[in-house]
Amino acid sequence: MTINRSGWRPETSAASNDDAGATFTGNRALMLEEPLLFEIGDTRTTGVDFDLPSPLAGEGQPARSDGRVKETSSVTSPHPNPSPAEGRGASRLGGLDRNKEIGLAGLTEPQTVRHYTRLSRQNYAIDLGLFPLGSCTMKHNPRLNEKVARMPGFADVHPLQPVDTVQGALGVINELAVWLIELTGMYGVAMTPKAGAHGELCGILCIKAALEARGEDRKVILVPESAHGTNPATAAFAGFSIENIPANADGRVDLDALKARLGPDVAGVMITNPNTCGLFERDMKAISDAVHAAGGYVYCDGANFNAIVGRVRPGDLGIDAMHINLHKTFSTPHGGGGPGAGPVVLSEALAPYGPLPFTERYADGHITLVEEETVGDRHPDSFGRMSAFHGQMGMFTRALAYILSHGADGLKQVAEDAVLNANYVLRSLEGVLDAPFGASGPCMHEALFSDKGFAGGLSTLDLAKGLIDEGFHPMTMYFPLVVHGAMLIEPTETEGKAALDQFIGAVRSVAQRAKAGDGRLKAAPVFAPRRRLDETLAARRPVLVYKEPVQAAAE
Amino acid sequence: MRYLPLSDHDRRDMLAAVGAKSIDDLFTDVPEAARLKGTIPGLPDHASELAVERHMGALARKNMVAGDVPFFLGAGAYRHHIPASVDHIIQRGEFLTSYTPYQPEIAQGTLQALFEFQTQVARLYGCEVANASMYDGSTACWEAIAMAARVTRRKKAILSGGLHPHYVSTARTMAKFTGDVLETALPELSAETDLARLATAIDGETSAVVVQYPDILGRIEDLSDLAAKCHAAGALLIAVVTEPVALGACRAPGEMGADIVVGEGQAIGVGLNFGGPYVGLFATREKYVRQMPGRLAGETVDAAGKRGFVLTLSTREQHIRREKATSNICTNAGLCALAFSVHMTLLGEKGLRQLAAVNHAKAVAAAERLARVPGVTLVNESFFNEFTLKLSKEARPAVRALADAGVLGGVSLGRLYPGEAALANGLIVAVTETVTDEDVEAFATTLEGVLA
Repeated sequence: MTINRSGWRPETSAASNDDAGATFTGNRALMLEEPLLFEIGDTRTTGVDFDLPSPLAGEGQPARSDGRVKETSSVTSPHPNPSPAEGRGASRLGGLDRNKEIGLAGLTEPQTVRHYTRLSRQNYAIDLGLFPLGSCTMKHNPRLNEKVARMPGFADVHPLQPVDTVQGALGVINELAVWLIELTGMYGVAMTPKAGAHGELCGILCIKAALEARGEDRKVILVPESAHGTNPATAAFAGFSIENIPANADGRVDLDALKARLGPDVAGVMITNPNTCGLFERDMKAISDAVHAAGGYVYCDGANFNAIVGRVRPGDLGIDAMHINLHKTFSTPHGGGGPGAGPVVLSEALAPYGPLPFTERYADGHITLVEEETVGDRHPDSFGRMSAFHGQMGMFTRALAYILSHGADGLKQVAEDAVLNANYVLRSLEGVLDAPFGASGPCMHEALFSDKGFAGGLSTLDLAKGLIDEGFHPMTMYFPLVVHGAMLIEPTETEGKAALDQFIGAVRSVAQRAKAGDGRLKAAPVFAPRRRLDETLAARRPVLVYKEPVQAAAE
Repeated sequence: MRYLPLSDHDRRDMLAAVGAKSIDDLFTDVPEAARLKGTIPGLPDHASELAVERHMGALARKNMVAGDVPFFLGAGAYRHHIPASVDHIIQRGEFLTSYTPYQPEIAQGTLQALFEFQTQVARLYGCEVANASMYDGSTACWEAIAMAARVTRRKKAILSGGLHPHYVSTARTMAKFTGDVLETALPELSAETDLARLATAIDGETSAVVVQYPDILGRIEDLSDLAAKCHAAGALLIAVVTEPVALGACRAPGEMGADIVVGEGQAIGVGLNFGGPYVGLFATREKYVRQMPGRLAGETVDAAGKRGFVLTLSTREQHIRREKATSNICTNAGLCALAFSVHMTLLGEKGLRQLAAVNHAKAVAAAERLARVPGVTLVNESFFNEFTLKLSKEARPAVRALADAGVLGGVSLGRLYPGEAALANGLIVAVTETVTDEDVEAFATTLEGVLA
């Protein structure tokens, strides 16, 4: 099989789903193909310009972003106008000047804007419609958050400026930290982890440090079958071995099985609550008590905090550490796969071990940054740094703006609407899709279905691809693993009833086709910018970077 | 509640539809003891858009803005001019509000952009392949050390004293828990790097040698000999680049034989943002691709034969392999990677080389001017846009005094290496295209006053 390198070859295949046939360009009205940057740009083109290094004599001082003219010292210097010969052009690169072409294609500014705008139109996004990915909390991203993050006082500030010059930035970190501690009822918070999985690592390292401080070497972390893949990966990365805890028939952790496994070799459990079946772990407090009694710690994956924010505090359930995905619960944008932010709230038992740096606020309002040089005797047990600088500041400003907008009452409403929307989906669809835990009572923020009853040869994947043709992003597929052909739907609180009704109608329609054995679903999607992609080919023969086609004479 | 579309009327209808009398009926699984009555005490209620903007604006105004003053800070985060169209593009909802591209048919925009990004990073670094980004430079550096341990089946890495101290402490934290052994060192305030010393330290246990290029003090040195010595001993050479613009002027580490090149991409397209979010760059040889952490976009075809892109080789990743994954990293820095890529596209080869030339020329001129200040010595022989000064006094209080006078005059080694008396007088100064001659003059004259 050869890869079509032209990328915009007119489509002539029988898979064409309308009678319009091929067009000269391969485009179809507003469905625009876009070649690769390297196919339309070259190394001689640029979309930027620069001031010459040498200032023009008598040039006025530039006005600053705030409109003020920058003040410069009035002290006369010995060399107010260095001559161009002085250093200009003299290379100090140690003889390592580039001597080969890099191969970076450039585009002019108009071409650049068009290239990326055309690419953007091949993406589904929350701004276009409901994004029902279970476990991902794809809610509306308010633009106020984007606006505040771009205030020069946050966006144009260097992390290593003297602390006195960044009191407002540290104020954001501190204020958000207080909110996270209060909302979770915990003792402290580590703000620096850069994403959920990084937060998991932070919490697990705290547990490891706490055990070391007690002189204990416990090797095992217990993880429920329904856990996110990051949980076992994180624990393994920190040197623990993983053992699964089974679930009961109702989709919750089997408390008796857990208790039976606890012992002096168990460092702790990693549990997700609400869990990945969309259910609240009723026995959470009993689980925590049992783990603590056996000398272990409780890590909670906070991916699903959106379901309980403002209504339940994890600290009241005996949890020792929990990461909070700011890009889920607190609506910082997912950005096509990051950046995230995963601060970790900690119990009193684990807080001493949390990472550097962190902020401390004094009675007079001054905030210090506790880092290597100031840690001294104030935080002697910290396990150290998890990354450079102070965490995902740009996400902190967005999350704080979002939290302040909702306030304590609004966040509670967020959880209630998220849960109401998910239950509305569950009850509206359980007649047409199998809901394995539908009888276990209400779900939390997400509804779980299985592929039971689909006609032979049709699968969850086919239903998902059919939904794409209906104009929706599919739900989470094949996760959690405890259900066959799982479909996990999380509508979030930012969907109105009309949007939910339309989505429910679409799922019902596609589900009925799957049960009736409509073979056309195998070909779905047919209306998307691309048909189903050959993932096997991509993995078998990885092409990860563009290579210019070889103009072989033999061709 | 401006972000919540449900009306009270909707809520009533929907509660009835699900057979609940009140919302509390949907939270019955939460034990009574854990259910909060009312709202959490001590926290304010909702606020209008205007009120929030005001509150955040007041916090923002408490910071000294880099663009308002003569500004010379670098040390792993650099202030460059970002063309306006970069931010316009990353704020398009289709990029901003999309998810990880797990459904490739409706995520070709993100996937193609990542494929282009990977190509740009690989070429910039002089490597064969690159991933779709990592959290930041420091975490990418640790992931490179962990990958070298997987490739060589050895667990001892030797870190140059020229490696950013935050990168060192990040690696030290992780190594403490994974059982990897790290040999670390402090930098010396001299023109000489420690590459020669590193070469002699390599032995049969060494998994990797980690060097920074340009290093924390701004020094640049050819990596070819060190690479050869690593390879002779069966070890890998990891090169860390915190200032990617340098590679518009200087030879790429991959060209000099580095096996893994990682670094920070923040300087291109992302902005300072008080330290995050940034974007980690990660590139290596094709033969190691299955040992590489993080996401990868790959080329394939669709059912109609058209070229398209997918996330690939995900069997390395946590959502498939769980405890056997190459890394626990789940996310990348997608939007920052896009910003990097858009800015790099605007620059192109020509623009990047121009930008690098302007940076270098300004830095050379600034270094000469500052070296004429009484009590100041230039440490570097070689540098790109960042160099180290040795002051006649401790640099930390000098930096504070400069800030009081309205100049953000670099990063003191005292802040980065607390308690190291031999480094206390060192000051790292970065000079980019955003610095004017007036800025340099203001810095020089103010510094003269501070040191007098």
